[in-house]
Amino acid sequence: MSYLSLTDADRAEMLTAIGVGSIDELFEQIPPGVRFDRELDVPPALGEAELMRHLEELAAKNVHTGSELSFVGAGIYDHYVPAVADVVLSRGEFLTAYTPYQPEMSQGTLQAIFEYQTVICELTGMDVSNASGYDGTTVAADACFVAKHVTDRQKVVLAESLNPQVRQVVKTYAPGFGFEVVEVPHHDGVTDPDELGAAAADAAAVFFQQPNFLGCLEDAPALAAAANEAGALSVAHVDLMSLGVLEAPGAYGCAIALGEGQSAGNWPSYGGPHYGFFAARTDYVRRMPGRIVGETLDEEGKRGFVLTLQTREQHIRREKATSNMTTNQTLLALAGLATLSWLGPEGLREVGETCLALSNYARDRIPLEPAFAADSFKEVAFRTPRPAREVIRRAREHGVNPGYALGRDYEGMDDLLLVAVTEKKRVEDIDRLADVLAEVCG
Amino acid sequence: MSHEPGAAWRDTPLIFERSRAGRRAGRPPQPDLPVPELPDSLRRSRPPRLPELAEPEIVRHFTALADRTFGVDTGFYPLGSCTMKHNPRVNERAAMLPGFRDLHPHADDEDAQGALELMWHLQGILAEVAGLPAVTLQPAAGSQGELTGLMLMRAYFADRGEERDTIITADTAHGTNPASVTMAGYKLARVETDARGNLDLDDLRGKVGDRTAGLMLTNPSTLGLFDEGIEEVATIFHDAGALLYYDGANLNAVVGISRPGDMGFDIVHYNLHKTFSQPHGGGGPGGGPVAVRETIEPYLPAPTVVRDGDAFRLDHDRPKSIGRVRGFAGPFGVFVRSYAYMRAYGPELRGMSEAAVLNANYLLAQLRDAYDLPYDRHCMHEFVLSARKLKREHGITALDVAKRLMDYGIHPPTIYFPLVVPEALMIEPTETEPKERLDDFVDAMHAIAREAAESPELLKDAPHGRPVRRLDEVRAAKQPILRYAFEDDPAHVEGRG
Repeated sequence: MSYLSLTDADRAEMLTAIGVGSIDELFEQIPPGVRFDRELDVPPALGEAELMRHLEELAAKNVHTGSELSFVGAGIYDHYVPAVADVVLSRGEFLTAYTPYQPEMSQGTLQAIFEYQTVICELTGMDVSNASGYDGTTVAADACFVAKHVTDRQKVVLAESLNPQVRQVVKTYAPGFGFEVVEVPHHDGVTDPDELGAAAADAAAVFFQQPNFLGCLEDAPALAAAANEAGALSVAHVDLMSLGVLEAPGAYGCAIALGEGQSAGNWPSYGGPHYGFFAARTDYVRRMPGRIVGETLDEEGKRGFVLTLQTREQHIRREKATSNMTTNQTLLALAGLATLSWLGPEGLREVGETCLALSNYARDRIPLEPAFAADSFKEVAFRTPRPAREVIRRAREHGVNPGYALGRDYEGMDDLLLVAVTEKKRVEDIDRLADVLAEVCG
Repeated sequence: MSHEPGAAWRDTPLIFERSRAGRRAGRPPQPDLPVPELPDSLRRSRPPRLPELAEPEIVRHFTALADRTFGVDTGFYPLGSCTMKHNPRVNERAAMLPGFRDLHPHADDEDAQGALELMWHLQGILAEVAGLPAVTLQPAAGSQGELTGLMLMRAYFADRGEERDTIITADTAHGTNPASVTMAGYKLARVETDARGNLDLDDLRGKVGDRTAGLMLTNPSTLGLFDEGIEEVATIFHDAGALLYYDGANLNAVVGISRPGDMGFDIVHYNLHKTFSQPHGGGGPGGGPVAVRETIEPYLPAPTVVRDGDAFRLDHDRPKSIGRVRGFAGPFGVFVRSYAYMRAYGPELRGMSEAAVLNANYLLAQLRDAYDLPYDRHCMHEFVLSARKLKREHGITALDVAKRLMDYGIHPPTIYFPLVVPEALMIEPTETEPKERLDDFVDAMHAIAREAAESPELLKDAPHGRPVRRLDEVRAAKQPILRYAFEDDPAHVEGRG
């Protein structure tokens, strides 16, 4: 099978028009020493039906969230993706267009991004949003690059309760920015504002997560204030699905709010593609990474949308750009827009309340000691009487995946199990989890 | 204007303008449980002003926006350097299989064997295409692949105790190259293009030294020309102890025909959304895997996918790794689509590139007399024309040509890039276009060249049939309106003026 359209007659006619006898002549500009002179050693071609069967067989080897009652979260969550998200994802025009460089051809994409930016600003309480970054990790690295230029400082402070993969990505990028990375430990699952503030002296940016990776609600306003007082950019890593019930970072003074958008409108998909969102105060708009859409007028005075502030970007600014980003995650972000529009303010609040209610119920119902005293949103860490990995293994023999072993990321937490719920979980699901944990931990 | 036919198409309200207080679509489950009280300081103080619509109007809204968007599914989209090829529907179906779509990325390896097997095969095919042995799938897009490649160079030289601080790029390079150089903490040097469109070897020799970490090069270049001196280029860098980075933006020209590893490149990124048909999605997602020579392999981002007998696993134990560049093991859904595309062709991926090059040369042969051709050679998968003659003789710019093409139902090519060609029109038809669509484009371009002479105002006023006329980009940048101003915002008045 192939997707080529040329017939033999077409090829002959085209070669004649070009004035060559064969396609090989077109490749004579390639020096003989670097021409590839054998067939590619790759698996054979498949027709569509065979291809689909092959992929179905591969997919069937995976144990997915539909085939097991699972309470695994830890950064990627099983929230409901409404069918209206498919309206975006399945329309060929959205799917097969590229970056809207030619606005007259792309008003639909541009307007949708403008709406997405507005929704992200509303949820985070920020002034400006970009059109998306790669994921919840790389937007943190983007924020470091912003902070480097805004503050001219060379240190970044990360709360240890920030998602470990986010911290790892920041550490990977940091040497290129000339950044030192300092991590501030948690105490009983939360970050101490005074300790964070002390570390923030001379820091370009301070990152914390709300709710944090350990499932705890931080005293986010105090953390933001501590960072701001030190003259660092305060950066909150937040969950869009929490922002119907949790305070917006903009309301407690953060400079930048960002995070992983997956929970709002994207499937888990073994880690991607998803979208990272990035929003900031107006002060930083000219240092923002990525695409930004703005409203303007056409020659007849009619409203339209364009990519704007492009002098920040690599295709104009080259080595002085605010980021190297070209391709972003627009399609996934627009699925997020459709999802959040479907929920509306009431629905988003209800999702949040259901998460609060279910995680609170799990805390009471599960016969294990909660590891931390702090309030939770949709994840609770429990202390297990034997290593959490063993508890998980044994619970899965009973058909329930009880959560994530925090020992995978944190030393000294081998006996901590992080249990995640979303609004998709039912009371009886948590009852079943509790019963299984009682059995395997008893 | 509201009496005009097609007014509805031209006027599409924002989703916030369709909103009515109290209307709703989704009703999430609300179990009969108490909702715990949050401390005041943590509780949302003001509800977010999300749109309030019922489902019918949500669907109509996004359908209206889709109608105002032009994709490859709509028509010919010869956007140079972006490889806007057909995106097979079966790939979308495959990515939505529950075993892929609903697989949690924290799944244990034994529960993700199908996904890991797919990734392992993908790594193998990519390695064969590049002629390099080791692959990371993690980078999220081409530009992140570039940055990853530069981080690999830094780790490689640091491990050898060598201090090298400069990366050389071509003057035809995409803007991402110099931007990545800065983000990676390197200094930038630029090498010129010679009269045949190759790297200027004399200029190059003078710029490569013991502080040079490497070269970043797109080959074929953004001019659509294969660098005829590539073997000598590789020798110059390798003799200086430096590395060569291959920007895979134009890989669609040479799959199965010439391999970057065989050209002498040490590090290669691929754009899965270009060469291997991940849909471009209005800007993304993409995928930017990186392949490297054995000497660079220890520094690849963790995790990579390895095979132990019949089992596959993620290998996190990489002590010399540069670290993680993205969450999890990469954009898996992109891998499903690209793997499906590769498996549809098999070894005939070579035929894919041949058709891409044939289509481009056919267009070039038909258009070379009507427009200026700055480098008179056969092209690879794309070529660059110049509208400078139209500008000189009729005051018509590349932008005017682009806008007028819209009236013919064709997406414009990339314009004003590469920077070394004035009034550049960069045209990439891709392999999936039939000859009829190429002929439509040729006819349109000839008609536009005639119009430039006979009725230039048709071009200056273009486009005529799109939802909006030309937009004021200066206004957008000088008075930025970057979000909807709600009725009760002070900015509402300010923004509307």
